[in-house]
Amino acid sequence: MRHRLAPYLLVLPGGLWLLLFFVVPMVTMLSLSLQEGDVVNGYVLTGHWQTYVDAITNYRVQLVRSLIYGAITTVLLIVAAFPVAYFIAFYGRRRKATLLFLLLLPFFVSFVLRTISWRYILTDEGILLGPLKDAGLLADSFHILGTPVAVILGLVYNFLPFMVLPIYVALERIDPRVVEAARDLYASPLVAFRRVVFPLALPGVFAGVLMTFVPASSDYVNSAVLGSSSTTMIGQVIQSQYLVSSNYPTASALSFTLMAVLLIGVFAYARALGTEDVMKVAAR
Amino acid sequence: MRILRAYTWLVIAWLTLPVLVMIVFGFNDTPGRYNQTWDGFTLKWYGKVFALDELTKALVVSLVVAVLTMLIAGALGTGIGYALGRYRFRGSGTINLIMFATMSSPELVMGASLLTLFVSLGVGLGAATITIAHVMFSISFVAVVVRARVLTLDRSIEEAAADLGANGWTTFWRVTFPLILPAVGSGMLLAFALSIDDFVVTNFTAGTTTTFPLWIWGATRVGLPPQVNVMGTLIFLVGVLIAVGTTIRARSHRAG
Repeated sequence: MRHRLAPYLLVLPGGLWLLLFFVVPMVTMLSLSLQEGDVVNGYVLTGHWQTYVDAITNYRVQLVRSLIYGAITTVLLIVAAFPVAYFIAFYGRRRKATLLFLLLLPFFVSFVLRTISWRYILTDEGILLGPLKDAGLLADSFHILGTPVAVILGLVYNFLPFMVLPIYVALERIDPRVVEAARDLYASPLVAFRRVVFPLALPGVFAGVLMTFVPASSDYVNSAVLGSSSTTMIGQVIQSQYLVSSNYPTASALSFTLMAVLLIGVFAYARALGTEDVMKVAAR
Repeated sequence: MRILRAYTWLVIAWLTLPVLVMIVFGFNDTPGRYNQTWDGFTLKWYGKVFALDELTKALVVSLVVAVLTMLIAGALGTGIGYALGRYRFRGSGTINLIMFATMSSPELVMGASLLTLFVSLGVGLGAATITIAHVMFSISFVAVVVRARVLTLDRSIEEAAADLGANGWTTFWRVTFPLILPAVGSGMLLAFALSIDDFVVTNFTAGTTTTFPLWIWGATRVGLPPQVNVMGTLIFLVGVLIAVGTTIRARSHRAG
């Protein structure tokens, strides 16, 4: 009897915490998005779907922009992270731990502070653009801050380790003899990479995409610090609807839409590149 | 291969650049708050690190919340992780699903939904609500780390203890717990790190209370005083020292 109760007693406190402060708030938010009223007079549940229609119509641009920025960031992350993970996994040897540690070093500095640090580096007369402009290599009117380039650069910067690590883990698991076998069977290095190494690394890429696309698309720090009004992302809209205009139903509807869109995206992606298919690619 | 090596080091340099800029500008002899151009070397900001009352207060709030989060999430997460690793029970699938959801939901949505809850309940926002939120998103990470350790435990060690006449309770505290303690420790460190660095969820659940990241965020428009660089540098050093220390200890354990 005691043994049957033990797991429940162990799970209960933490489970309750997650229920009360994760599940219940989500339900509250869904419910509030369908209510009408205001902060002073209170809200009444009316099943007012129009809030969703209005919110999505009004902020379609920012929503689409966030998804595009998120997608571009994710693609750039794969391209930027793969060679790093490859080098550490296959040529890191005794330095593997050191290299991984150096990759994670920036995490010991606050996320906000790191992003603001980029703003200082990229500012018009700052330590990067200043000397280049003085040397006449760049036009005086050239700027990066406030452009989509700066925002995406910030996103790639902040999420890069989350892409390197899962790819590294996948590559690390590859038995070197598999690659040797491919070479023995007269595969050129390029073919061996394309037909053997890359397919085996796909689960890592998949995990990396899961870990970066959602936070990158819903981020509002990078766009607020490095962007301008022409790069406003949906996260900034939600944040200001909640904390500045206290327009809770609209804000809730937008958060829910964002989460739904991201989850649908993730599931569609998982189906398109499901683990079974990845295995099939690997077996080919 | 040479190109790969050069590229990897280039990426590492790129990742470290903002950290170096932060550290260097903590030594900048800047006259005012506009700490963006180099005006010569000074150590004076290290002497005046606690000169800004509001900033110091924010740092204290951050530390208190992080320690509380570490302890509460450590205890609750260890419970879940141990149960999931050791027992098969009804409802474990649901717990796994909720944990996956907390780890993969956008922080923004978690923060926003908690704000919705607190507002509709009429709960005042402050250090307590920040702690509640931080514990919520840290529990799963602690649980995952502990579960992984429990799953790889060699059950025969516990059986040996039982054979030698130890009862269940004694076996747990004298054998099992010391074995999972390193995982509990790293889970708690992770919770501390997640909490002290958090901005998004905190922004939604803080009300008028200010934490270290929130203070920095608010001060961005008027310019960051060098004290922020100094505090950032000190937190960075402590974090790196703890990480290096635990790695070296783990290595010497394995070697000895």
